[in-house]
Amino acid sequence: MTTTSVAVPSSAGKKFNLNFKDFGIVFGLAAIMLFLTLNTGTFLTGRNFINLFDQAAVVGLLAAAATLCIISGVFDLSSTATLAVSAISGVMITQHFGVAAGFFGALLVGALLGSITGLIVVSTKVNSFIGTLAVSIIYRGLAIVITGGSIVAPLPDQLASFQTWTWPSLLGLTAGSVLMLAMTVVLGIVLWRTTFGRRIYAVGGNQEAARLSGIRTGSIHVAVFAISGLCSAMAGMILASRAGSAQPAMAIGIELTAIAAVVIGGTSILGGQGAMWRAFVGVMILTVISNGFNLLHWDTTYQQVVTGVLILVAVAADGLFFRKSTR
Amino acid sequence: MAIQQLEKHEHASRRTAPEITVSGIGKSYGATQVLRDVTLSVTPGEIHGIMGENGAGKSTLLKILGGAITADSGTMELDGQPVRIATPRDAISHGISLISQELALIPNLSVLENVFLGHWSNRGSLLSPNRDCDHFARLLEETGFELDPRATVGTLPIGQQQQVEILKALARGAKVLCMDEPTAVLNEAEKEKLLQVVKRLARTGTTVLIVSHYLEEVLGLVNRVTILRDGQHIVTEDAGGHTPESLVRLMVGREVDFLIPDVPQVPSEAGTVIRVAGLTSAKVKDISLEVRRGEILGIAGLVGSGRSETLLAVFGADRTTGGHVEINGRRIRPSSIRDSIKAGIALIPESRKEQGLVMSRPVGENIALSTLPARSWAGFVRTRREWTEVKDVSKSVDLRGARPGQPIANLSGGNQQKALFGKWLLNPPAVLLVDEPTRGVDIAAKARIHSIIVELAARGTAVIVVSSELEEVLGLSHRIHVMRHGRIVAEFDRNATRDEVMTSAFLK
Ligand SMILES: Nc1ncnc2c1ncn2[C@@H]1O[C@H](COP(=O)(O)OP(=O)(O)OP(=O)(O)O)[C@@H](O)[C@H]1O
Ligand SMILES: [Mg+2]
Repeated sequence: MTTTSVAVPSSAGKKFNLNFKDFGIVFGLAAIMLFLTLNTGTFLTGRNFINLFDQAAVVGLLAAAATLCIISGVFDLSSTATLAVSAISGVMITQHFGVAAGFFGALLVGALLGSITGLIVVSTKVNSFIGTLAVSIIYRGLAIVITGGSIVAPLPDQLASFQTWTWPSLLGLTAGSVLMLAMTVVLGIVLWRTTFGRRIYAVGGNQEAARLSGIRTGSIHVAVFAISGLCSAMAGMILASRAGSAQPAMAIGIELTAIAAVVIGGTSILGGQGAMWRAFVGVMILTVISNGFNLLHWDTTYQQVVTGVLILVAVAADGLFFRKSTR
Repeated sequence: MAIQQLEKHEHASRRTAPEITVSGIGKSYGATQVLRDVTLSVTPGEIHGIMGENGAGKSTLLKILGGAITADSGTMELDGQPVRIATPRDAISHGISLISQELALIPNLSVLENVFLGHWSNRGSLLSPNRDCDHFARLLEETGFELDPRATVGTLPIGQQQQVEILKALARGAKVLCMDEPTAVLNEAEKEKLLQVVKRLARTGTTVLIVSHYLEEVLGLVNRVTILRDGQHIVTEDAGGHTPESLVRLMVGREVDFLIPDVPQVPSEAGTVIRVAGLTSAKVKDISLEVRRGEILGIAGLVGSGRSETLLAVFGADRTTGGHVEINGRRIRPSSIRDSIKAGIALIPESRKEQGLVMSRPVGENIALSTLPARSWAGFVRTRREWTEVKDVSKSVDLRGARPGQPIANLSGGNQQKALFGKWLLNPPAVLLVDEPTRGVDIAAKARIHSIIVELAARGTAVIVVSSELEEVLGLSHRIHVMRHGRIVAEFDRNATRDEVMTSAFLK
């Protein structure tokens, strides 16, 4: 028994045991980045990184929220429908009350819709997958009703300030990227260090044990959906800000990309396991791959194939390592 | 040889068992060595007990024999022929079947379908249910079980599910049954029945390896015992010359006192802490009881008599339709777990896997889960304090060697039970409801848990204990209620005899 991995009791009391299973995915990301650095002259440039983070902002926000949902044992397929309704509401409020009110309104609408989704799923006890699918159809319908099916945009003199989220800020990153990074860190800490985070893991890991431990499992789920709604609204703001407009069909399908990113990062879809940094790594992998296809001038149609294969590999690797560790 | 092979398949259950010899078996998980250099042989047709403390490696050894996991080192021989068993399939093809404590049945299927799962008789590619039925009838005869082949497995009591598991093994021609703590979840009657079947199977040439923490049960059953301690093989010898004390000495390596500690008298001035009046739920009717400060109330009864459901109703986990619970004279909101916990009630549930533990999380988080707010600041967990308190609790329940950061799924069954118990010790409750407190724990840990219960009571907690082990209820309780069909039907004091209690539990 030679001690190659030194046990370091941290203040958290966890033993940090670096092993491949936990961090394999980070090496994966590093390998792709190394490959692109060696094969393109443009990958490892500040400009490209600013671009990378900006591309990751929307999926990153959705994936952060999806991480909370999945760990607590639910899926939120309504996230991008919520995104559309909140972005549209934000634009409409902007038209009447100005940009700041618009953004604030969008967040409020997002959180509200998320809570409603949560209440529906919790009170009807339907499987969240089906429940949120139904809710997403309702919200998309709602988006068409309030816009009459057309694109909405802020008034011409509001456009410049409405596009705040595309402006460079900290370290030259766009404001949208910074928002995504900030939310990832905040939600990561929530998950890691707060009693709420502990309860999320417990509810997703064993709902009955959580209930008998005095946790209001329904409230936890509603809260998680509300946070998901809030993140969707943020993502909606960024998209609308980028496009200068919002429309009912915006961001369709991205909720699945977000879930894929979470899974690629190594969070178990069975619930009760996972971490926020994993979602971030998953998002970066998807973004870097798409970036790589562009830089290398590869046919982007293959990008989907690669992404699909990657998801399979990630899930299979999880199963394989899991089996190995118990055999 | 070829003919013999064929015969093996045709009359699998008739053939005699092979002699099993394992040598130098080693198994590690990361840096922890779970089994080291275990060598033993099992003679055909014997009942062989495998004993040891929690975490000694008993389940690991059986799982290796059954192909559920593979050893890192060592060899295995059947009748002198070296064999390699890497999967459960390999094991089954050699006639070895593992019946682990978590039964591996498909709840939605019928008894018949489960028994012949994947091994249906067929002609061409059509299933031939009649032949299965005949075979099933033969198996019932062989074992003496009474089972309806059409019953849905999920609806059967645990004892019968276990019978299905045994039939399933026999249907695959098992000549060696490896049973991991089969009696831990059974009531007295079911236990008795199972032991009879084991003896019967052994008489017809089946080898049975059995793990159990009940010393008398083992001594009354087995021909030989193997003792493991910390993953090491201590001894394999005839059970004849052994007493419970001598077994424990070998298992623990020192003398231990495993009698239930003296339960001090409840002071006459001790007030009533919990009063339950006419509590009614879907499963129990008109439950009324009182427990005073420092008093331990035992609830006895058969499985299905509503003991666990009584605790769940009192705790507010099951919806109640009538009656109420008072703690120190204050009524608890009905069906509110949170209100119950706030009032100081704690429940240690019956099933650690389904109701007790979050298997995907570490030991420490599990222990801390039910009392999170007590160690939080502005919503943040005070991890340093949690760490020290969890360590203290681990020590007091004797969770040896388990690090708080370790996934709880990796603990041995008994150690998981200790962790579950520890969950409610972080902040001693006013009322403790415990359901099967010592299921699956070894004799030393059992004594430990008993003395913790007695100690909690002595410090003023009102305790209600439910247990299928009559000795436990009799030994721990100041008073005993007996339940039948969801009602309390009899009450005894501390001096009740085993027979009195049994009779009132069984009465129609
Ligand atoms: N997958 C695993 N990863 C790490 N350690 C494990 C794993 N499975 C078992 N162990 C460890 O192996 C040791 C032996 O476990 P095992 O389940 O064989 O004990 P046991 O003798 O059956 O105990 P019990 O009487 O409590 O059932 C324990 O210390 C346990 O923590
Ligand atoms: Mg075991």
